Amino acid sequence: MRQLYRFHGGIHPPEFKDLSNGTPIAQPPLPARLVVPVSQHLGAPAKPCVAVGEAVLKGQVIAGADGRVSAAVHAPSSGRVVAIANADVAHPSGLPQTCISIETDGLDRWVGKTPLPNWQDADNETVRAFLRDMGVVGQGGAVFPTALKLGVSQLDTLIVNGAECEPFISCDDRLMRERAQEIAKGVMIAGTLTCAAEMLIGVEDNKPEAIAALKAACAGTPIEVVSVPTRYPSGGAKQLIRILTGKEVPHGMRSTDFGVQCFNVGTLYSLKRAIVDGEPVISRVVTLTGELERCGNTEVLLGTPIEHLLAWAGVTARCDGVIVGGPMMGFPLGSRAAGVSKAVNCLIARSDTLLPQRPPAMPCIRCGACADACPAELQPMELYWHAKAREFGPAQEANLFDCIECGACSYVCPSQLPLVDFYKFAKDEIWAAERDKKAADLARARHEFRQFRIERDKAEKAERLAARAATPAAAAAPDAAKADAIRAAMAKAAERKASAAPPPTDDAKRAAIEAAMARAAAKKAEQQDADAPPKPVLDDAKRAAIEAAMARAAARKAEQQSAAALEAEAAPAPAAQPVIDDAKRAAIEAAMARAAAKKAAQQGAAVPETEAAPAPAAKPVIDDAKRAAIEAAMARAAARKAEQQSAAALEAEAAPAPAAKPVIDDAKRAAIEAAMARAAAKKAEQQGAAVPEAEAAPAPAAKPVIDDAKRAAIEAAMARAAAKKAEREAQKGQDPQP
Amino acid sequence: MNILLTALGVMALLAIVLGAILGFASVRFRVDADPLVDQIDAILPQTQCGQCGHPGCRPYAEAIASGDADINQCPPGGEDGIRKLAELLGVDFKPFDGEAAEPKPKSVARIDETTCIGCTLCIQACPVDAIVGAAKQMHTVIESECTGCELCLAPCPVDCIRMVPLGTSVETWKWRYPVIPIRTIKA
Repeated sequence: MRQLYRFHGGIHPPEFKDLSNGTPIAQPPLPARLVVPVSQHLGAPAKPCVAVGEAVLKGQVIAGADGRVSAAVHAPSSGRVVAIANADVAHPSGLPQTCISIETDGLDRWVGKTPLPNWQDADNETVRAFLRDMGVVGQGGAVFPTALKLGVSQLDTLIVNGAECEPFISCDDRLMRERAQEIAKGVMIAGTLTCAAEMLIGVEDNKPEAIAALKAACAGTPIEVVSVPTRYPSGGAKQLIRILTGKEVPHGMRSTDFGVQCFNVGTLYSLKRAIVDGEPVISRVVTLTGELERCGNTEVLLGTPIEHLLAWAGVTARCDGVIVGGPMMGFPLGSRAAGVSKAVNCLIARSDTLLPQRPPAMPCIRCGACADACPAELQPMELYWHAKAREFGPAQEANLFDCIECGACSYVCPSQLPLVDFYKFAKDEIWAAERDKKAADLARARHEFRQFRIERDKAEKAERLAARAATPAAAAAPDAAKADAIRAAMAKAAERKASAAPPPTDDAKRAAIEAAMARAAAKKAEQQDADAPPKPVLDDAKRAAIEAAMARAAARKAEQQSAAALEAEAAPAPAAQPVIDDAKRAAIEAAMARAAAKKAAQQGAAVPETEAAPAPAAKPVIDDAKRAAIEAAMARAAARKAEQQSAAALEAEAAPAPAAKPVIDDAKRAAIEAAMARAAAKKAEQQGAAVPEAEAAPAPAAKPVIDDAKRAAIEAAMARAAAKKAEREAQKGQDPQP
Repeated sequence: MNILLTALGVMALLAIVLGAILGFASVRFRVDADPLVDQIDAILPQTQCGQCGHPGCRPYAEAIASGDADINQCPPGGEDGIRKLAELLGVDFKPFDGEAAEPKPKSVARIDETTCIGCTLCIQACPVDAIVGAAKQMHTVIESECTGCELCLAPCPVDCIRMVPLGTSVETWKWRYPVIPIRTIKA
C-alpha cells in the first residue's frame, strides 16, 4: 500500500455525481451545424486553412497550429464550411470569437486516418509535432497543448489525474469505467515518451467502479492505480502531486523541476486515439446534468451547439440557466448557440432548488475560515482586501498568482463573499497592465528609433551639402546620377533662399499668371500624353487623384473662410470673384478628377503592363523628368521659405514667384509646377483670410479683377474641355489593348 | 599640545582621505541622466500624442521632473496614470483640468485605402513609424504598433484616416470588479 500525503485545507461539498454516472456514455444525434472555435487551447488561436464553401471530411484539418504554443483544429464531421466568422463561444466574457461553422451532410465520412504506428522509434520531436497537429490538448480544464508537456524527459513520476473532484461532473468516471484499456495504453505511451520511472493513476475513492476497471486494465503493466481520499480539490495538479508523492511545488517553480508531470485521463485517452488509431481530437465526453430529463454522459462532437445537446437531453421547466464546468469553478453560459470546445467537460442546467442562490454578501469578519480551507496555503482574506482596494502590487506579493481559483474559500466564507471573483478581477487587471506596459515599451523603442533616424538623416544631408559646396562643378551635370541631381536641387534651393529674401510684389503676380498658364499647358500636355502610347494613363490617374484631393481641400478651406470672415470673402477667390463660385469650381474639378482617376484606374487594371507607368516622368524623357523633379523640389523649398517670411512680412507673401522664373517648355514640368503653384496659392489664401489687407495678393491675376476673373474662367473651361478630350482619347488608346 | 596637534593631524588626514573617496565616487559613479525622468517616462503611456503640450512622452517626463508641468496633463494615461505619478512624486492626486482632453477608449488609426492618394504626409507624422507606404503608393497602418495618438489625422489632405476603437475581445476581456448588490430588506 502506497503512503499517501495530505494537502492543506480542502472541503467536502455535496457530490451530486450519481445524477449522471449511472448510464453509459451516449451518442447524441448529429447536429445540422457545428460551430467549431479556432481557439480551443491555451496559446495562439489556430489559423483557418479552409475556405467558405469548401467541402470537408471528418477529421480533416480545418485550422492549423500557429506557432509553438498552439494546436490544430479538425472537422468533427463531414460537410461544408458555411462561415468563418465571429460566433458565440463558451467563455465567461460572453464575447464572440472566430469559429468555423460546418453544415453537416449526415454521412460522417472520414478523411484517411493517419496513426503513428512506429512512435516508439520516432524521436520525441516528431511525436510532439504529430500530437500538435492532431489537436491533443489537456482536457482537465486548462487546455494546455499536450505536446509541450511531453517535452520533458526522465520523469520520476508520471501522474494521471482521474480524481475528478468537482461535484456534478462524472465524464472522467464514465471514461475510466468504459475505456480503461485505452487509457492504460495512453498512459504507457506518455510514460515511454517521458521516460517515467513510475506511473500513477490517482482516482478519488468515491469512484470504486472506475478504480476496479483501471486496475483490471493495468494488470501486468508498471502502472499503479491509487485510490485517494475524496476531498475537494484533490483534482488540482499540485494537490494531486502532493497527495501521491508528498512533493510540494513551491511558488515560481514547476512540477517538472521535481521530476513530476501530471496529465488528465481524458487527455491520455485522446493521445492514444491519435497515435494508435490516427483519430484527431474531434469529440470529447461531456457530462449533461442538473435539471434535465436525461442526465448522463455523452460523447459530443466538438462544435456541437449547446442548445442542441440540451434539447436532446430535455431541459425541465425548473431550469433557469446553464453552467459550463462544475458548480465550484464553472461559469454561467452566455449564449446557448455556442459550440462545445475541448475545455467543456460538464453542462449543468441549474435551478434554485439544485444550486441555491448565494445569500447577500456581508462584510469580512476576519474569521480565517478561508485560510483554513485554502489548498494553496494562501491568506485569502488578505488577497481579498488588496483586490478590493485595487492594490494589485501587494496582492501579487501575497502570491495571488498561486491561487488556483478552486472556490474553496468562497464556499466556506460565513459572510458569503464572492472571493474568487475578486481574485479573477485582480489577475485580469494585472495582466492588462502587463499588456499595456509591453505596448508602451514597444512604442517607446519605436519612437526613440525614429528620433534617431531623423537625426541621422539630417546629419547625412548636412554632410552631403557640405561635400556639394566643396565641389561646385558637380552642379553642372544634370544628367549625372540621381543623387547628384538631388544635391544640385538642394544647392539651387539654398541659393534661391538667399535671393528670395526680399521678394518684390510684382513677382507674385507674375508667378500667379504663370501658374495659370502652366495649368493650361499641363492640361494640353495631358492631352498629348493621352495621344501617346497607353503608358502614362496610370500616371494621369494618380495625378488626377492628387488634383482632386487638392481641389477638395481648397473647397473645404474656401468654405471655412467664407463662413468665418464675411467682409474678407473676396480675398480667397484666386480667379473668380465670389467665394462660393471658387468652392463650387473646386468641387466640380474634384469630382471630374475623381471620375477621371476611376476611369484611368479601370483601364490600368485591364492593362496590367501599364503598371510601370506611375513613375511620373517615365523612361523616354529621363533628362526632362529629372530636371522637372529637381525644379519641383526647388520650387517647393522656395515656397515654404517664402511662406515663413510672409508670415513675418505681409507683402512678402507672394513667394511662389521663384518657381516661375525658369523658362521651360516641358509640359510635365509645367504640370508639376502648376500643382505646386496652386498649393502655394492656397496657402497664401489662408494667410489672406487672416490679414484682410493682403487680400489681393493671392489672386493670381491681381488688380484688374474682373478681366482676370473672366480670363481665368475661360481658361478653366478650356482646360476642363481639354481634360475631357484627353480622357476620351486615353480611353480610346486603351481600348484596343485588352 | 602634542595631543592637540595629533588630533588636528588625524582630522586633516581623515578629511583628505574621505574627500578623495568622495571625489573619486562622484566621477566614477556619476549619473548622467536624471533617474526620475526615466521613472516618470516608464509610467507614461508612450502614445507620443502631444496632448500634454509637449512633443512626446519623454519631454513631458522631463517637464514634470523639472517642475514645469503638472501631472494631470496626460489623457491617454488616464486617472490611473495620474495616481501612479502622484505616488512616485509624493504629491497629491489631481483630477484632469476642465478643459483638458477627455481620456478616450483605446483606438487605432485606419486608412481608407480607396481614398488614400499616397502623399506620405501621415507617414511623416506618425511618431512610432506605424504607417507603411511610399509616395503615390497606398498606405496602411500597422495596427499592432499604432498607439492611437491621432497625429496622422490632421495632415491627411483627403481625410481618409479615421480612428477605430479597439473594443474588447476574448483575449483582452477583463473580469469586472465584483459588485455586491444591495437589497432592501423589509422591516
